[in-house]
Amino acid sequence: MSSTAAGLLQVGFLLVALAVVYRPFGDYMARVYTGTTHSRVERAIYRTARVDPGSEQRWGTYAQAVIGFSFVGVVLLIILQRVQSVLPFDFGRGNVPPGMAFNTAISFVTNTNWQSYVPEAVMGHTVQMAGLTVQNFVSGAVGMAVAVALVRGFTRDQTDRLGNFWVDLVRGTLRILLPVATLFAIVLVATGVVMSLKSGVTVDGHTVATAPVASQEAIKELGTNGGGVLNANSAHPFENPNGWSNLVEIFLILLIPVCLTRTFGTMVGNRKQGHVLLGVMGVLWSAMLAVIWTAEANGLRPLEGKETRFGIPSSALFADTTTATSTGAVNAMHDSFTGLGGGGTLLNMLFGEMTPGGVGTGLYSILVMAIIAMFLAGLMVGRTPEYLGKKLGRREVTAAAVSILAMPTVVLIGAGIAAILPSTQGALNNPGPHGLSEILYAYASASNNNGSAFAGITVTGDWFQASLGVCMALGRFLPIIAVLCLAGSLARQKKVPVTAGTLPTTGPLFATLLTGAIVLVAALTFIPALALGPIAEALL
Amino acid sequence: MTTFGKQALAGLRVLLVLTLITGILYPAAVWAVSRIEGLHANAEAVDTTLVGIDREGDQWFHTRPSAVTLPASGGSNKGELNEAYDAVVAQRRAEIAQREGVPEDQVPQDAVTASASGLDPHISDAYALVQVPRVARANGMSEDRVRELVAGNTDGRGAGFLGEPGVNVTALNRALDAAR
Repeated sequence: MSSTAAGLLQVGFLLVALAVVYRPFGDYMARVYTGTTHSRVERAIYRTARVDPGSEQRWGTYAQAVIGFSFVGVVLLIILQRVQSVLPFDFGRGNVPPGMAFNTAISFVTNTNWQSYVPEAVMGHTVQMAGLTVQNFVSGAVGMAVAVALVRGFTRDQTDRLGNFWVDLVRGTLRILLPVATLFAIVLVATGVVMSLKSGVTVDGHTVATAPVASQEAIKELGTNGGGVLNANSAHPFENPNGWSNLVEIFLILLIPVCLTRTFGTMVGNRKQGHVLLGVMGVLWSAMLAVIWTAEANGLRPLEGKETRFGIPSSALFADTTTATSTGAVNAMHDSFTGLGGGGTLLNMLFGEMTPGGVGTGLYSILVMAIIAMFLAGLMVGRTPEYLGKKLGRREVTAAAVSILAMPTVVLIGAGIAAILPSTQGALNNPGPHGLSEILYAYASASNNNGSAFAGITVTGDWFQASLGVCMALGRFLPIIAVLCLAGSLARQKKVPVTAGTLPTTGPLFATLLTGAIVLVAALTFIPALALGPIAEALL
Repeated sequence: MTTFGKQALAGLRVLLVLTLITGILYPAAVWAVSRIEGLHANAEAVDTTLVGIDREGDQWFHTRPSAVTLPASGGSNKGELNEAYDAVVAQRRAEIAQREGVPEDQVPQDAVTASASGLDPHISDAYALVQVPRVARANGMSEDRVRELVAGNTDGRGAGFLGEPGVNVTALNRALDAAR
């Protein structure tokens, strides 16, 4: 079989697998967030943590809970890294330096998983398991909680309550992420992924670093986190040994972002509303896959930075998926991609991570973009726009605009400053436009909470550690605050009935509008920067 | 206390409980399951053939170039318009052509480009076949016998369509060692 035919068959198999789980898993997640009973373990957790699962929160309290939880997550993770030398399984790797500990803590709490450290040399197993793995779970659950709070804004009528963050967080972790991660960690072990508590293993007289990979690998993909247990990430044979493990990992990355559109449709009582979002996500994901695949197949050095066992199709499929979902795991080095292929992975992030985006973050980002699209449509016909029975007034559109514009602002200011700093020149791994792409990619990745890199760039200097840390925090929490404010404002409204003048949001017209809005916002904000980086490289 | 302070404190308590569950019990459970015999051939990666580390000497098959030093892993991260790297690739091509006694245009792509992990155990069938005459000569074996070993250590695609086929150099060199 030709490589292309095998690749297409793999894409088809992946889509069928997702289609099979779409309904049951999407509906299961809807039940998780709408159910009224607490399990025994959950009740014990609420008792231990002294939170009242029965009391619902206003948007402001919900937002403070999200930020408070994330804040203590950052503090705890910094402490764990700074005292690593006294923890078990540290293998003499010592305490993580302060700048690196700060950057890594923000990175994992914001679901970015940008890595300025070399895991084999810096992180012991205790920090990897009790620190990083924990944030792999809970940062994903936070994203889903915020998405669900926004959906409740649409489904609820004249209330100021959005739900209870602690309940959403605990349920997302225990009922969705934990069981699926456990199951697939075992599947990954069966495909050959390593699960060792030792620091390394001797192979033909050489020491190769090992780690408890399988447990972290499963949640790394499922939670769209992406931080490698080992430096080469999912290109490392211990993390991703063969074609089977590769497919399982891609499936895990897409599972929740894709199925959440069903959860959304089920929760708003009209599944077509979810299908149309999935359709838009699918069209852009497929288009970018075609771009990256074609570009890589026609590169000058197509196998540079790629593993033989994955070749071009499986590397392109992984690269498209990881950058379209805010995951950031890599099974090939994007820095060695062609101008067009690498530019494709960059553009995927600059779409704002909604095709299909990360766990929860993808759903709330595309819902916000839907509001922008309906607002634009409203301007064209001169009518107050509505979406899902809620009027989109000044407050709603402002919150949506703030949420959408936060990322481009942070990316362009961060990359702009970095590009003019004299010290940056020495941090680059490639000359010319590709060097600028390395800078742009770093800030796009941090601000979109993706975490993949054009990894040749050296980011261990103080400027990069601090500025990328700030970008990750702003790129995560500015949109979250705006989205929760939006949710609060929507929930307070009375539902408006559907009339003949209501623009339907389940058909091709709306899908086109939404796709157009995603592409247009990215194009208007980023074409100048892209022209100097990847576009210039592709044309040279 | 302020709302934020109260929420942050509640957050700390929730986080500690979730750390116990997802940071300690979960990896411990996966580790325990990975010990089940038959589930995983080699969860500890002892003498694994998953990674490829180049052996020096004409009697061995060579892996792809690695951009890193053990025990770390990673790629070169060189872009395709990087002229300094062009020179590195050209030099690799010339050296391999000379080593194997073939024209430069017969040196395959994977032989001159660094893998993503720096530990890629596989090479293309083409690169393995280019190496067969030298390896056979150095080991005093027939080329047919060496080609048999290459064929016996070639991994196909998963289920016939997942990933790409490749010759596992680590396994091949061990088989060669045993056959000498």
